[in-house]
Amino acid sequence: MPDEKINLLEKRKRQVHEGGEFAMEAEKQSLAGSVSQRSCSFCGSRVVLYPIADALHMVHGPIGCASYTWDIRGSLSSGPELHRLSFSTDMQEKDVIYGGEKKLYNALIELIDEYKPKAAFIYTTCIIGVIGDDVQAIAKKVQAEKGIPVIAVDSEGFKGSKKEGYKAACDALFNIVGTDESNTPIPKSINILGDFNIAGEIWVIKDYYERMGVEVVCSISGDGRVDEIRKAGRAQLNIVQCSGSVSNLAKMLEHEYGTPMLRASYFGIEDMSKALYDVADFFDDPEMHKAAQRVIKEEVTKLVPQLAPFRKDLQGKKAAVYTGGAFKVFSLVRSLKTIGMDVVIAGSQTGSVEDYKLLAELCDPGTIILDDTNPLELAKFVKEKDVDLFIGGVKERPIAYKLGVGFCDHNHERKEALAGFIGMYNFAKEVHMSVMSPVWQFAPRRANNRK
Amino acid sequence: MSCECGKTCAPEAPAENACNAEDKAKCGCGPALAPEHITGDNFTATRNACKLCAPLGASLAFRGIEGCLPFLHGSQGCATYIRRYMISHFREPMDIASSNFGEESVVFGGRQNLFDGLSHVIDGYKPAVIGIATTCLAETIGDDVHMYVKEYLEENSARKDLPRLLHVSTPSYAGSHADGYHWAVRAIVEQLAVDGPNEKFIGLFPGMLSPADLRHLREILTAFGMRFSIVPDYADTMDGPVWGDYHKIPEGGTPVDEISKIGRASAVIELGATIKDQQSAAKLVDERFSTAAFRIGLPIGIRQSDEFFNVLEQITGQPTPRNLEAERERLVDAYVDGHKYTAGKTCVIFGEEDYVVGLTVFCSEIGMKPVLCASGGQSGKLKKAILDAAPEIDPETPILEAVDFAEIEVAVKELKPDVLIGNSKGFTLSRKTEIPLIRVGFPIHDRMSGPRTLHVGYRGAQQLYDKIVDKLLEIKQDSSDVGYTYF
Repeated sequence: MPDEKINLLEKRKRQVHEGGEFAMEAEKQSLAGSVSQRSCSFCGSRVVLYPIADALHMVHGPIGCASYTWDIRGSLSSGPELHRLSFSTDMQEKDVIYGGEKKLYNALIELIDEYKPKAAFIYTTCIIGVIGDDVQAIAKKVQAEKGIPVIAVDSEGFKGSKKEGYKAACDALFNIVGTDESNTPIPKSINILGDFNIAGEIWVIKDYYERMGVEVVCSISGDGRVDEIRKAGRAQLNIVQCSGSVSNLAKMLEHEYGTPMLRASYFGIEDMSKALYDVADFFDDPEMHKAAQRVIKEEVTKLVPQLAPFRKDLQGKKAAVYTGGAFKVFSLVRSLKTIGMDVVIAGSQTGSVEDYKLLAELCDPGTIILDDTNPLELAKFVKEKDVDLFIGGVKERPIAYKLGVGFCDHNHERKEALAGFIGMYNFAKEVHMSVMSPVWQFAPRRANNRK
Repeated sequence: MSCECGKTCAPEAPAENACNAEDKAKCGCGPALAPEHITGDNFTATRNACKLCAPLGASLAFRGIEGCLPFLHGSQGCATYIRRYMISHFREPMDIASSNFGEESVVFGGRQNLFDGLSHVIDGYKPAVIGIATTCLAETIGDDVHMYVKEYLEENSARKDLPRLLHVSTPSYAGSHADGYHWAVRAIVEQLAVDGPNEKFIGLFPGMLSPADLRHLREILTAFGMRFSIVPDYADTMDGPVWGDYHKIPEGGTPVDEISKIGRASAVIELGATIKDQQSAAKLVDERFSTAAFRIGLPIGIRQSDEFFNVLEQITGQPTPRNLEAERERLVDAYVDGHKYTAGKTCVIFGEEDYVVGLTVFCSEIGMKPVLCASGGQSGKLKKAILDAAPEIDPETPILEAVDFAEIEVAVKELKPDVLIGNSKGFTLSRKTEIPLIRVGFPIHDRMSGPRTLHVGYRGAQQLYDKIVDKLLEIKQDSSDVGYTYF
């Protein structure tokens, strides 16, 4: 048996806050060999653009990047489902040697003829720049021939973490905005940015806003459509969810169209309510404010008694939260408080120092704050803090399960909506289902082993 | 053999009596589609690939060495995507380190990243072995990992905790995940095996099998009473218990010492009918140490298991133990009991080439008709391997390499087989065509049973057989107006 004591790597220490004076660092390139839970730029771009259901998503490179992102997220569409197919130039050795431009060109032409998409995104993978393919030129050529936007997404994996990929995706999206025939502003309208319609969440949120009399012009990118994105500049307000993914687009829209932006989160009662009130406040419309109040009252009156039995069982239990962006962590800390649970470990892949500082203030003293962590660190703190629940994504799941700890997927694998008021109920139900499962009695951690 | 169209579809039938393609399409008695018809639209793009990239296979192989941590030399995303993909199948921790390329690594080479990464992995994981596989980026910029590894070891020779560093070149533009697995196994043997006096044991290169398969192979070899060494063996590292404390590297895997002696074995067996010579670990051992090497297909079904057991008998000089013979006898009994339920049932089989060979030969011996055998792999050996092992199969059957799921879909819509047999990536197709999918092989992302699916040996055939026949009966029962309660 190798040495199983887990120590922090020297160079990781500044990205871990274990209480005391706050001196964290963040937004650094992942330490080589640290087994970061982060992904790459390509992943960031793919995440943001993936849900656009009537676009062709063409991965230019060897096969892996396309295979691993085939139908990877539960981003639902109310119509076309072209996004659920995987297309790749599947570069072979000779393409690497002689270049892949011709292959890319032919592939695009054929696929556009066959699938008739409203736009095509070409994701460049690691080797494309290295072998010198001029993807921009091919995009331009195909766009001219086929009359749809064909956009090269600068998403080579080595260019950074997901954050850089988000930016590339926003640049790609911005190419489409404003290509609508009209530029008339649409009154009392918003864009919902940064929600990917996992498990149909955007429909939940849209319904609330519509009940308030707000028109949703486009959602980027959940249940996204190219023609709606064209109109994004005509909305009066951009609601931006999630810390990073679509913020850049909101900034560009603000710069170009003067559209202000508001940050929002749809997780938990407080944040969801705030997301509705903020919009009503923005439009400064008493009727809308009353409507928001009505929506919230209706939903919360229904929800609170439903949460009570969960809270009774979960009171005082401890949770670890690790997500992609940091913004969601705040909502989860509050949501967990709502059902009686304390967060003792919190972190994200891509948060900023500012985010973590706020997080440390929001959480109880002694809460471990982690930036760009890895399986060993997570395992160390899960064990030390003796948590009852882990909230994360697929890569965190086996860490929790191996240690006999409950788990809730708050990432792309979730099958039940966790956003909105109904989402708070689903969330509480799932947490309860996992934490209170009888199976933990058999896990070594609870030591009810066969004598 | 006569079929519903009134003609005869055996290959040896007189030409005037044989089914032509059109007849076969109607009666479903045999394959009708010419390969050109399936790939005829000839899309340049790969649509819904029926393969993964090479570093995935290498990472899996490295997990079968005791104390080994896989390490991908390239961008962070490669490691992360592969981890996620494997976790969804095995439902186990799957730590893979990355040298985490940035723009400067692409310009100046990834040497420094590799060095930093290795040192951090050694500090963090204290591994006995680090298995380095290259990504397409590292290959494209021309990083000489072989040299880097040498330099790293020299530069760090003062370190007491230096692990064994293994490396394999796995450019994903030159092969699929199955190739990556084989390349890695060969590299492991190439870099670890040393000469020495012969010893009495069997070396087994098992192929990309499930943990359940690896466990059953151990059981079989144990029953033959000779020592053995399976390289690699990830049964325990990829299907382990819940822990009290976190294990940096899960227990299990074949120890380096054992692998280093593989050339001294009485004989080695390599499973996988489409492994090319230049990627064969068995061939390497044969050439380097003159060890007797048996290269056979995956032992799926009776005939291919018989071949495996014959080889074991030959090597050990022992008859097949009674309990295993008894499994075979019961299996034959099951084949007999169910033969009418499988007779003439058509299937489309897809996945890694070695699995496709194994499953096709198996389906054929229980009276089913494989009407399309397809893989995203490109060994150049698939068709011959199938026809050699199952001569009864119509040579016109489309047996296709380098196809994707979009092409398989075209064929499935034409062929309307009774069932699809392959990994869970066939579900999209199954849902669309309403043809049931029987999940086998890798990956199985939408069921729990992936790591516990047994394919090999008589017992594996029994389980596959029950799975398939039960599904066929379910179809018959569900589609019957009567609702029969006996079959």
